[in-house]
This record gives sequence, C-alpha cells and structure tokens, in this order.
Amino acid sequence: MKFIFERDTWQEIYGAIRKNKIRTIITVIGVTWGVFLFVFLLGMAKGLDNSFRSQFNDFATNTMFLWGQQTSMPNEGFKRGRRMQLTLDDVEALKSKVTAIEYITPRNVTGQWGTPPGQFVKGSKSGAFKIFGDYPTIDKVSKKKIFDGGRFINEEDIKYERKVCVIGEDIYKQFYEKDEDPIGGYVKVNGIYFKVIGVYKPTQTGFEGNDSIFLPFTTFQKIFNQGKDISWMVITAKADRNIVDTEKTIKTLLKRMHNVHAEDTQAFGSFNLGEEVAKVNGFLSGMRLITYIVGIATLIAGVIAIGNVLLITVKERTREIGVRRALGATPAEVRGQIMLESIMLTFVAGLLGFIFGTLLLWGINTAIGNNDDIPILNPTVDFFAATGALLAIVLLGTLIGLIPAQKAVSIKPIEALREE
Amino acid sequence: MIEIKDLHKSYQMGSNSLHVLKGIDFNVKEGELVAIMGSSGSGKSTLLNILGMLDEADSGTYFLDNVPIEGLNETKAAQYRNQFLGFVFQSFNLINYKTALENVALPLYYQRKKRKERIDKALEYLGKVGLAEWATHLPSELSGGQKQRVAIARALAADPKVLLADEPTGALDSKTSYEVMDIIQTINDEGKTILVVTHEPDIADMCKRIVHLKDGVIVEDKKVEQIRASQYVR
Repeated sequence: MKFIFERDTWQEIYGAIRKNKIRTIITVIGVTWGVFLFVFLLGMAKGLDNSFRSQFNDFATNTMFLWGQQTSMPNEGFKRGRRMQLTLDDVEALKSKVTAIEYITPRNVTGQWGTPPGQFVKGSKSGAFKIFGDYPTIDKVSKKKIFDGGRFINEEDIKYERKVCVIGEDIYKQFYEKDEDPIGGYVKVNGIYFKVIGVYKPTQTGFEGNDSIFLPFTTFQKIFNQGKDISWMVITAKADRNIVDTEKTIKTLLKRMHNVHAEDTQAFGSFNLGEEVAKVNGFLSGMRLITYIVGIATLIAGVIAIGNVLLITVKERTREIGVRRALGATPAEVRGQIMLESIMLTFVAGLLGFIFGTLLLWGINTAIGNNDDIPILNPTVDFFAATGALLAIVLLGTLIGLIPAQKAVSIKPIEALREE
Repeated sequence: MIEIKDLHKSYQMGSNSLHVLKGIDFNVKEGELVAIMGSSGSGKSTLLNILGMLDEADSGTYFLDNVPIEGLNETKAAQYRNQFLGFVFQSFNLINYKTALENVALPLYYQRKKRKERIDKALEYLGKVGLAEWATHLPSELSGGQKQRVAIARALAADPKVLLADEPTGALDSKTSYEVMDIIQTINDEGKTILVVTHEPDIADMCKRIVHLKDGVIVEDKKVEQIRASQYVR
C-alpha cells in the first residue's frame, strides 16, 4: 500500500490522465454530474423539509386542540343538538386520569368565533382586538418570542389575578411611538387598567396573529365573568406517547363525563397537530427516499461510465502496459496504477460535483432568501451524507477499477508487445 | 552468462501444434555480441522472447547469470526482467506521452530508485547515446534513429546483465541502422553482453558471433570478424 503515498506513483497517474485528456474529461463529467444531482436533490429535499418544519416549529408537534361542539345523537334522555361546554373541571379530570398527558392548558378567548372583541385603549387611541386568557404553560406548546425586557404571563400573575397583559407587535406599532418603551406602561382593556409586561413577535402559525392581547387566565375569568367555562384546551402528549391514541382516550372519557353517546363524533371538536405533521413527514420521507434512489442510481451510472472508459483505455494502452511489464513492472504495480487512476478520477469528479452542487444550493438559498411563497428553506446537504456519498463513490470507483486493472494484467507482456 | 539446454517450445494453433523450437543448446559468455539470424518462422523471435522471460519454454533448462529461470510467476519474471535484462524493440516501444528522459528513467522507477538518482542516471545514458539535449522532447518529436537510441538508453539504464535487441534496425534506413549498430558496438566494447535478432546479413556481420536458426534448430554457430559500424557513420 506504500506506493499510494509516493510522489512517483501520482506522477505516473498524472501522466496517464493528462495524456488521455478527452476520456478523462468525459469520465469526470459523468461522475461530476451524478454527484451534482445527488447533492442538489438532497439539498432541495432538505430545504423542503426545513420549510415544512419551520411551519410547525412554533408548536410542539405532539399537540392537539379540543373544544366543545353540539351533540349529534340523543343519549340518556338528552336531545341531540345539546351544546357542550368544556370547563376547568374537565381539565382537572383529564389531568388526573389520562397519564399520557404532558401538559394540559385551558384557554379562553373573546373576539373569536362570534364572541365580541375586547376594547383596547391607550391614551387617546383605541381599537378592538382578540383577548386571550392564558396560563404560562401555553408558552411551552405554542412558543412566542417576547421582545427584550418583557416577559410572558407567569404563575404569580395567575395566583394574584394580576392586571397585566402581553400585547402583539402590531398593537405596539399602532399605539406606540417609535422607541417608546411599552413595558411597565398602563393601557385600558375593556375599561380596566392593565400594566403591559411584554410584547410578542409574530409567529408563523396559529390564529393568535400579531395583534392579540394576552391576560392571565384567572384575570380573564374575573373580567369576563367566565366562571369555570373555557373556550378550548390545548393538550400535549408525553414524548413517548402517541397523540392520536391519546386523543381517542380523552374523547371517550369526556363523552362519559358529559353523558354523550359513545359514537357521537360531533360533540367534541379537535384538531390534531400530530396527525397533520405525520402526514407531512410521510410525504417528506417519501421524497427523501426518491432522492436517494435517483441520486444513487445516477452515481452508479457515472461510476460505470468510468469503468467503461478505463476498460477502453486499457485496450488502447495494451502496448504501453506490455512495455512497462517488459521493463519490470509487476502485475501488482500495473493493477495498482489502473485502479488508482479510477479512484483518483472518481474522487476528483465526485469532489467537483459536490462543490458545484453546494454552490448551486447556496445560490438558490441566496436567491430565495426569506420568500415565504417558495417552500424551500435553507437547502443544505448533511455533511455525513455528502462524505458518505463521496466515500461510496470512491469505493465504487475502486471496485469498477478492478475490472480494467484485471484486464490489464491478464494480457501477457509478449502478447501486449506483439499487438499492433 | 546465458546457458540453454535442449529448449523446446510449441504453439497451439487451433487444432494443430506448431513446434517452433526443437531442442536448442546455446551458450553465451559475458561480453559477447551475438547475432541470431534466420528467416521468418525460424524461431529466432521465440528464442529471444524466452531469453527475455516474456515467454516460457515447454522443456529444457535456462540459466541466466547462473540463476535458473523456470516456473516464474509474473511478479518474479517482472523483477528478473528488471534486474537482468534490457530490451530494444524493432518498433522502439517508447511511451508516447513521456519525454525521452522519462522513458529512459522508467526501468529505474520500477527498481524503486530515488527520483534524483533516476534523473541523473537517465541523463547519463541519454548522453551516452548522444541525445542529452533531447531529454525533454516527446518521442513524436524524434526521428526513428533517435527513438531507437532513446530505447537503447532505456534498456541500459537499469544496468542489465544482457541486452536483448529484437530487429533493432528493422524500422530504420541503412545509414541510421549503422548509427544504431555503432552505439551497440560501443556498449559491447564496454563489456555488455548483447544479443541481436536480425535477418540483415550486414547487421549480423557487425556482431562477433552469428547463430543461424532454421526450422527451430541451430544450423550454424560461428565467430566472425567484426565489421565496425563507425566507418559507415558520417
């Protein structure tokens, strides 16, 4: 193996490669193209993947939303069409009975689904906005970015029913001067003074938008006279539990507690994020699989082209090989040289393809920027995938190089010299 | 230097067997310059190939510098060729993408000599055949005679025991042929053992001994008065 590291070996190979410029270029193009496609496809798939993930990343993906609707079946003397109202008692019951639940957070809102929006007043300006009553845990499920200096609602706020609020960025922009610090200032919500404790930045998803007001849950309860009623609840399953199964368990339990027929599918509405994410994930893995198949097939085609060209070249070089052997080249040396040529060509070509592919991805990334219309985000190639591909193709190059190398030594020097 | 006893060789041509060498007994002492003559099909090239370990005899013994040459695998044969023999071919067989210097240095490469040493030696032998200033030229830029001189330099570079020349002047006109023979004689004068296969009587006469082959046997083996090629040069 020592000869691999000798300058002379490489000089011999360089000589042979330089001599056969056209075949070298053609061969290199084949493999470069293969690796280029592989890198490009993989990068695009990754970009698509990233894009979808970013749509969901503000939410814990094993999360579901649950709200009350109207029954569609009569049960135990109740008529159909009965309104289901979820309460804090339901939340407590679920929390204690369903072990799969990691977080369960009740939420209240006004200004959504036909309820009147809240009145927001600051100084002489006023406006109508959605108002949420929330627990701090909601931040674990649907992450919000809070501007410097501010904070989200905390347990103390809940405990003391503090009159504090977190406002959306849009509200801040509408009601505040540039550079005005909103934190600690007072605003009026539905006629009551509230202290602003934070401003949240836009999130990509959810119906909260950038123009909502968040109050502590308990404060909301008091102001809007909610009693124990809640608008809906957000449930996150433990990481190792299936959210779809959890959803079934919860609904069955709720139906029993509210005297709803076991087969009534209308009584409780839900939206299961986990299910949606699973669909997207399925699509993405399918794409990745296709990418790998196409990419690897292209790579193999490229490497076979190298083997083919080398085989032809060996035929052309029969005489040269004969001369070398007459001068004392051992079969191992001849074989080593042909194989190193193959490996070297595939490696350089692969590296070129990798560089071009990466450059193109970089170009695409720059061109797209943060354009939300194109579902490609940060298309990159996993370093290990790229290195693995490069190694695989060098390995393939070695294997395919065996064929012409064997061919080269199978011809006896005497026959090789006789060849005209 | 070379001792051959009862050498036989036949080739399989389809269903027929062609008996090319039918018992050759042949000795060459160090410093000899031997011409092997014969018409085409007489077996002279086959004999040279066996001597050059490019081909193997069916039976008989072959000693080269007291080393028995038999049952060699390709690797061993390659090492022996590299160590013992220098080849000069009718069609030069220079590697066309290597310069004259690189061609001459090639056997030294297979001897695992250091680069510096290879270049020095190659230059020395190129100088010996009068082509030092052509060192960086490709074979395509050289005339036939120059090519053959490069080939001779290459054959000498590894300092072999025996130089085997297969029709070294076969592709050259007579003037260049004599130039090449002049070089061969000079090398022989320095003590190198040389075997030349040829069918040209005037070339054979420039050797010290002529061996005639006919139908696979030696029919004549005589010492001759060497004609110096230098008188024809210039």
